[in-house]
Amino acid sequence: MRRLFQRMVVLAAMMALVAGCGGAEQQQTGGQQQETQQQTEQTQAPSTPELILATTTSTQDTGLLDVLIPIFEEKTGYTVKTVAVGTGQALKLGENGEADVLLVHAPDSEVPLVESGVAINRQLVMHNDFIIIGPASDPAGVKSATTAVEGLKKIAEAGATFVSRGDDSGTDKKEKALWKEANIDPKEQEWYQETGQGMGATITVANEKLAYTLSDRGTYLAQKKNIDLEIVLEGDAPLLNIYHVMQVNPEKYPMVNGDGAKAFVEFMVSDETQQIIKDFGVDTYGEPLFFPDAGKAEEDLTSGK
Amino acid sequence: MLSSGDAELVRVTLLTLRVAGTATLLSVVVGIPLGVLLALARWPGRNFIISLVNMGMGTPPVVAGLVVSILLWRSGPLGRLRLIYTPTAMIIAQFIIALPLVTGYTLAGIGQLNPKLHDQILALGASRWQLFWLLIREARLSLLAAVIGGFGGVISEVGASTMVGGNILGRTRVLTTATVMEVSKGNFDIAIALSLILMLLIWLVTYALTRLQQGGRPR
Repeated sequence: MRRLFQRMVVLAAMMALVAGCGGAEQQQTGGQQQETQQQTEQTQAPSTPELILATTTSTQDTGLLDVLIPIFEEKTGYTVKTVAVGTGQALKLGENGEADVLLVHAPDSEVPLVESGVAINRQLVMHNDFIIIGPASDPAGVKSATTAVEGLKKIAEAGATFVSRGDDSGTDKKEKALWKEANIDPKEQEWYQETGQGMGATITVANEKLAYTLSDRGTYLAQKKNIDLEIVLEGDAPLLNIYHVMQVNPEKYPMVNGDGAKAFVEFMVSDETQQIIKDFGVDTYGEPLFFPDAGKAEEDLTSGK
Repeated sequence: MLSSGDAELVRVTLLTLRVAGTATLLSVVVGIPLGVLLALARWPGRNFIISLVNMGMGTPPVVAGLVVSILLWRSGPLGRLRLIYTPTAMIIAQFIIALPLVTGYTLAGIGQLNPKLHDQILALGASRWQLFWLLIREARLSLLAAVIGGFGGVISEVGASTMVGGNILGRTRVLTTATVMEVSKGNFDIAIALSLILMLLIWLVTYALTRLQQGGRPR
């Protein structure tokens, strides 16, 4: 008898849980229907309206996506769910088929994805560059360095604090590659600190600690008004920051929205979008944050600069 | 975010209320009966379940978020429902956070009532349902504290909402996730404004609940 009662309690609790979730679902379905209806009024609604875009924090933190996504949605009728994470995580989402389309900036990690058939239709979108920022007093003398590798060597020699993203993002991957090229293993070093956070948050930390860090130019310009750090090194060819857009292969993952992803790739490399990218940020920062590159070859970028 | 106008802000605020409100409501519907049941039940294993509830009261939102994410990802067991990055996903995660809070507070509140009351009500010939309602009425101060506790727990969390909601503009962006984002963008002024709105919202809701809680009290 007791056991029966026990079981009934457990059963009742489980049923209540399921009922609770079910209620929420119904509500959601209602919401979706409404959304779909609204869409039908605007444009011809695509068969699968939901499109998940996995991208980097830098495209969100600069505000570029807030400009581009509404235009894309209005044109095509898709609803874009933008998940802004580090490039490492964005690529992982693609690899697991959790995202439909990727906008990322770590070419060395992207190529294996294309080769293994996870990603298709990979297209060059735009570039900007990475910069090393640090305190104006420049205790490590990075300003006198001509290359990024030389700059990092000076920081290591001086034991000056360097704040790293440490989040496997595109910027983090670039930084790690530069340390490797400099033949320095900064891990475990007293002066090397990892935040595990996005670029904006990492710049804030570096600013408070009067430390050096590697940043993309866009996020730095967006943060400039809050910080005392300044650019100590820029313009070295390896510091180029290249963004590609690519579809997650719908043949490999049946749940992936292939049509929507294709439309998004086409949108990103279209003339109109490229013009918006070119003008973006000029009125706020006095200089562009990104340079459009659609149709160019990646080799032209790296050799040209 | 504020640059896109007040409409966006209103939308984020309303979504915050809708998600936290629904999650709290569901957790109250489930948690209060569960808490009463656990308080009255006398069988082995009861203490074990209570210890689970008490542990659940300390569930870190990110843990709830991670569990719900794993379930709802396309590759996960419930992936077909396509719920990840929707307000529903956030409601489910927040429900998991709030349920132990509501259950635990209810359990404590009912447990504090004089045990003789229970016997007396039954002796007067009350049915089980009548017993349930009388106890709830008797413990209403604690039960409203349970509601306030559950609501406070979910409206202030950010980890689970970010993970299962994705902080998507116009869809799953709530006040807490927007605040984190604005801080990382370096827009501290906007972040402070959002925090103030959030605090005001919490105050308004808890004030209403407090009125309800203290209203029936003899002065």
